[in-house]
Amino acid sequence: MTTSQIDPALLDLARRGLTGERRAIARLITFVENRSPAAPALMHELTPHTGRAHVIGITGAPGSGKSTLTNELIKEYRRQDKTVGVVAVDPTSTLTGGAVLGDRIRMLENYQDAGVFIRSMATRGQLGGLAAMTNDVVRVLDACGKDIIIVETVGVGQDEVDVAKAAHTTILVEVPGMGDDIQAIKAGVLEIADLLVINKADREGVEKLDLYLKAMLNLAPRKPWRVPILKTIAAQGAGIPELTRKIDEHLAFLKSSGEYEKRERARLRDELLSRVREEISRRILRRELQAGGLAELVNQLENRQLDLNEAALQLLAQTRL
Amino acid sequence: MSQQSAPTAGDQGQNQPEMVSENFRERPIRVLIAKPGLDGHDRGAKVVTRGLRDAGMEVIYTGLHQTPEMIVEAALQEDVDAIGLSILSGAHNVLFPRIMKLLKENQMEDVLVFAGGIIPPEEEPQIRALGIGAVFGPGTTIEDTANFIRQNVRPDAGLASGETSGGSETWVDAGDKGQ
Ligand code: B12
Ligand SMILES: Nc1nc2c(ncn2[C@@H]2O[C@H](COP(=O)(O)OP(=O)(O)OP(=O)(O)O)[C@@H](O)[C@H]2O)c(=O)[nH]1
Ligand SMILES: [Mg+2]
Repeated sequence: MTTSQIDPALLDLARRGLTGERRAIARLITFVENRSPAAPALMHELTPHTGRAHVIGITGAPGSGKSTLTNELIKEYRRQDKTVGVVAVDPTSTLTGGAVLGDRIRMLENYQDAGVFIRSMATRGQLGGLAAMTNDVVRVLDACGKDIIIVETVGVGQDEVDVAKAAHTTILVEVPGMGDDIQAIKAGVLEIADLLVINKADREGVEKLDLYLKAMLNLAPRKPWRVPILKTIAAQGAGIPELTRKIDEHLAFLKSSGEYEKRERARLRDELLSRVREEISRRILRRELQAGGLAELVNQLENRQLDLNEAALQLLAQTRL
Repeated sequence: MSQQSAPTAGDQGQNQPEMVSENFRERPIRVLIAKPGLDGHDRGAKVVTRGLRDAGMEVIYTGLHQTPEMIVEAALQEDVDAIGLSILSGAHNVLFPRIMKLLKENQMEDVLVFAGGIIPPEEEPQIRALGIGAVFGPGTTIEDTANFIRQNVRPDAGLASGETSGGSETWVDAGDKGQ
């Protein structure tokens, strides 16, 4: 696709977004989030401008203080004169398809600052702690000039580790006094963390949690980046400059070790494969609408005339991808 | 939608390749529920927030004590289809005009605005004259509110029609769920 083929209104929208115009950015995100038919053309325009932002993921149990911490990080980065984009994800109700997006309520202080753009997203059925289109929304913010992009996941339990693929630096937020033995920290989530933050350090049990986390980290195989444990009181803004310093150190480590490119490539490969997977499903189902045939294959599965592999291969062959 | 504002999410890209087209049938309506001013009554706003969530909408609630500027900025960044203002303090005649003026200044006239709370019936006409679509007082049901929103949001807001992208050329719902 060349730029001249694109609807001029869309091209104009992309260009205004690239200059940082907030309403255009908001609209671009809507197109992308909803997988609008216009989204591919827009992403084509925006993609060359991506790859500059430092993407920081924040994950942790519900109520651990992710949004409050994000708010403090926004303020600290603004003091450092960096522009900030935030993507805050909350869960969609599986029963009704609706969602209450409540993270923004903790980030209201920044409403008058044109250097800050905050967008709430619902998971819309996606498991893993993020919304399906989160990465593309991050790309929009990246292209539109945000230096730092913070991705807040839904409050996670254990298996929601997608954020590590979306972010360069992943922060896991823990809180003391939750009963360390039944800590919500499962190995899977701990493994993806580049930084551990003990938030609500004004509460009791900080040292106990600290020891516990150190022990957990010691169990993990040694890696060149030593995962630091930081203490914050997000509600009072304490410990934030130290946190951003560690985040910067982590980025420097990624770049100097070659890990940055490695992660970037792994992520892109992953995204490419999942986009192709989606597209294959889409084409199969579209063909199904036009020509049918799926029911017949299911019949044959039901009668044990075909096994699953055979049926899958036939379906792929019929679809002529 | 005003001419200056961006194309809507329902517009089709020209020379659109086949990749990633999906109909908008599944797109939930996005609503901001806001409490302007110093009003501390937030039960109604919370009830409405939860109710609209249960009606299948994505609801952004920003809490108490919002200035008109905060409300409009949140609506802009979140690109909401509708804004519901909850007010029980009696200050609506000061706050609502400021909110409507700011929306206009930001070319956001296509966002549906409605209100609820304690507003004397005799003041409703002047509230509506500001461009506020409806006023829902105590005792209104969520169903009425949800229906009002569905019927009045801008047409690209993802209503049940799915007509924004053509017929069988679209992604089928099951495509997502099959993954
Ligand atoms: C509970 C209450 C309080 C509680 C509030 C607790 C809380 N966190 O919300 C407390 C005790 C704190 C309180 C304090 C005050 N209150 Co008071 N309070 C009430 C009371 C008795 C009920 C309100 C309520 O919660 N109803 C239940 C909820 C679910 O109903 P609702 O808010 O009306 O919401 C419904 C609809 O209005 C609508 N709705 C509301 N918002 C929205 C938004 C949208 C978008 C939509 C679609 C619909 C919608 O849908 C909801 C569900 O049906 C009312 C009287 C009354 N009967 O309404 C007085 C009342 C609202 N209070 C009043 C006053 C004067 C006060 C005080 C100033 C009293 C004082 N002198 O100190 C303070 C002010 C506090 C402050 N900072 O704002 C007056 C307001 C008068 C006015 N506007 O002209 C009222 C009307 C009492 C009266 N008759 O005088 N109050
Ligand atoms: N005591 C104490 N409370 C805090 C601290 N940080 C945040 N909180 C409070 O913890 C509660 C939850 O904070 P949020 O920032 O909303 O937590 P969250 O992790 O974003 O929550 P979800 O998005 O719902 O998962 C709020 O009431 C905060 O004020 C802290 O350092 N100390
Ligand atoms: Mg949060």
